[in-house]
Amino acid sequence: MSSQANAAVTSLWEGGRSPYAVNSKKFGMWLFVVSDALTFSALLMAYTYLRVSTPNWPTPFHFSPSIVFSSIMTFVLLSSSLTMVMGVHTMNHGNRKATVGWILATMAGGLAFVVLHLREWLNLINNEHITIFGNPMDVPLFGGTFFTLTGLHMTHVICGVIYLGIIAAGVGRGKFKAEDVEVSGLYWHFVDLVWMFIFPLVYLMSARI
Amino acid sequence: MSAARATVAVVRSERAPLVDTLHEWVTTVDHKRLGILYIIYALLFLAFGGIEAIIIRIQLIRPHNTFVSPQVFNRMFTMHGTTMIFFAAMPLVFGFANYLVPLMIGARDTAFPRLNAFSFWLTAFGGLLLYFSFLGGNGLYGAGNAPDVGWFAYAPLTSRTFSPGHSTDFWILALLLSGIGSMGTAINIAATVLCMRCPGMTLGKMPLLAWLNFTMAGLVILSMSPLTAAQLMLLVDRYLGGHFFDVQAGGSAVLWMHFFWIFGHPEVYVLAIPAFAFASEIIPVFSRKPIFGYPVMVAATLAIGFISMSVWAHHMFTVGMTSAGNTFFVLSTMAIAVPTGIKIFNWLATIWGGKVQYRTPMLFCVAFLFQFLIAGLTGIMLAAAPFDWQLSGSYFVVAHFHYVIVGGILFTIFGAFYYWFPKMSGRMYNEALGKVHFWLFTAGFHLTFDFMHVPGVLGMPRRIYTYEPGRGWDIWNLVITIGVLFQAVATLVFLGNLLWSKLWGKVAGSDPWDGWTLEWSTASPPPAYNFPSLPEVRSRRPLWDLKHPEDPDWHYE
Repeated sequence: MSSQANAAVTSLWEGGRSPYAVNSKKFGMWLFVVSDALTFSALLMAYTYLRVSTPNWPTPFHFSPSIVFSSIMTFVLLSSSLTMVMGVHTMNHGNRKATVGWILATMAGGLAFVVLHLREWLNLINNEHITIFGNPMDVPLFGGTFFTLTGLHMTHVICGVIYLGIIAAGVGRGKFKAEDVEVSGLYWHFVDLVWMFIFPLVYLMSARI
Repeated sequence: MSAARATVAVVRSERAPLVDTLHEWVTTVDHKRLGILYIIYALLFLAFGGIEAIIIRIQLIRPHNTFVSPQVFNRMFTMHGTTMIFFAAMPLVFGFANYLVPLMIGARDTAFPRLNAFSFWLTAFGGLLLYFSFLGGNGLYGAGNAPDVGWFAYAPLTSRTFSPGHSTDFWILALLLSGIGSMGTAINIAATVLCMRCPGMTLGKMPLLAWLNFTMAGLVILSMSPLTAAQLMLLVDRYLGGHFFDVQAGGSAVLWMHFFWIFGHPEVYVLAIPAFAFASEIIPVFSRKPIFGYPVMVAATLAIGFISMSVWAHHMFTVGMTSAGNTFFVLSTMAIAVPTGIKIFNWLATIWGGKVQYRTPMLFCVAFLFQFLIAGLTGIMLAAAPFDWQLSGSYFVVAHFHYVIVGGILFTIFGAFYYWFPKMSGRMYNEALGKVHFWLFTAGFHLTFDFMHVPGVLGMPRRIYTYEPGRGWDIWNLVITIGVLFQAVATLVFLGNLLWSKLWGKVAGSDPWDGWTLEWSTASPPPAYNFPSLPEVRSRRPLWDLKHPEDPDWHYE
């Protein structure tokens, strides 16, 4: 075959490149994020549906401590997204030491969120007597939806902290590539984004000011 | 090089002790071995589900039969449905996708081999957990064991009040686990198709099987999540005292129905689209013609994928939705018949004017064309809400969806077994036994499921464990059960054929069908690395180009 024909053939060779120009790892994480987002939206749909169909849905969150606490939690979680962005950025520039630092900061943010959230839970359980199966307001669904939604989210944060710990340890030992850090960042930002739906829908809409 | 290496490999595999072989299979991350594991696992559960079906049919063979108690009957239809959908059909589909997709797109393996193994073992563990309930859990009325709430497990039947003991929990956990496994496999298949294609294989040159399995993976990713969420809520209800589906405490039983069918209807297409994929590979090869209307086939598949996400509430016409809701779901359900019809016409146009070879895989695909058409037509009948009000929950519905799943999906899966058996095992199957299987199974299928429509129209409800004589149902139930006997014998012939051919079949060679896609370019069974070298991919039929350099496809595409 002549070289001219070869050139023509080569121009037809578009395969082997993915249409979104991403690697399989990143694409796989995106697909997971899509499916997990749907799991959360199913739960949020259930919550919204049950809330709308219950006439006297309770609004037990006092400004202090619940709203103050949940606002601080939101701030901490959003800040941890910022530190994650910095971690991805430094890893792209090949600075592994700084990356480990930023990821550790992100993990600290995640842990602080979990600790604050557990305190908030304990406050509700001990002082407001709201549990998953009942509450003084006599709308048992309130506790069920609240603890299921926030509990599933908290599980995701805890998994994220463990995931980031594995990534940080690997990066410190020179193991992972910049893309691996970015993929873990994708998951972390997703967990934050979910909270940005839960915070207004669950907390702010049930505030008593 | 290959001859020397091959002898070494043969000598080694002959000398390897059983423990080592088992260890290799358990720890494997090779997509071909995982595919075969999926398939063997699915065949095991196909047998379990089949035995349960036989028990159901023996009980219903005549009025007032006492072969099993009502409690056992409830367990049998629940386990039959759950097993066949989640632990037979889906693993079969995933097994073939795992085995074939990387081979057909010229990849060394899937995008995430370890995730692949993880997903398989999760699914496998889920199935074992479900069957462990026979030993561990109490069902309805506190009596007996194994889940007995029906395969879609409507609330409030699943609440602790009506389902004490642990049988429903086994059901929840088995589906939750295998659901996570399905999710992993789906992500893997989608990423493999988009990111692992060999040079030259553009999206427009992919075999249809890759396209269709990509669509299937997308559907799993979108539809599995609501089911997972619903199972979580049900677990909270049963164990932590939540009230999501408890109407008396303000919860909603309809919520469960919506979540289950948002999963449940796309699930039909999760199974049907790979079945279409097998037909789209087998029919062209045995008609000796390229597939008719490739771009339209891809577009129709994607259209089916999209529309199938918006038809779920046609399972719920009898719940009492608003008439606007009913109208929407009637129209969307009827709309899905259009792309499906396009596919049927394209397969017919592929056969038209071809040199048709009626080998066993092709026979199963031709039968599939007829049967899937009828299944689709009864589907359109049931899509009309007033018709559905009359027949929902009757044997007509049972006949309809068995026509889809057995007549449509299982037939092409049998076709796929015969078509790719030479590639997977390196041996040719026995053609005569294959034909016996086909004719016995087709006869049995029609005896059972054609005549199942009749008692449905005459008012026989599904899930009843026995019935009064003299309602005009007796003769039909007898015929239905006789058909099951044919199907059972045919399935035994099929399994025997697989075993016999694996051990004593003729050596098949790499390309017994004069095929056109890349899996036929490598040895049978393929080596762990799949391809020593790849032919140039410049068209949809790279092997045709290789075999016919004087008239390659890329002149025309």
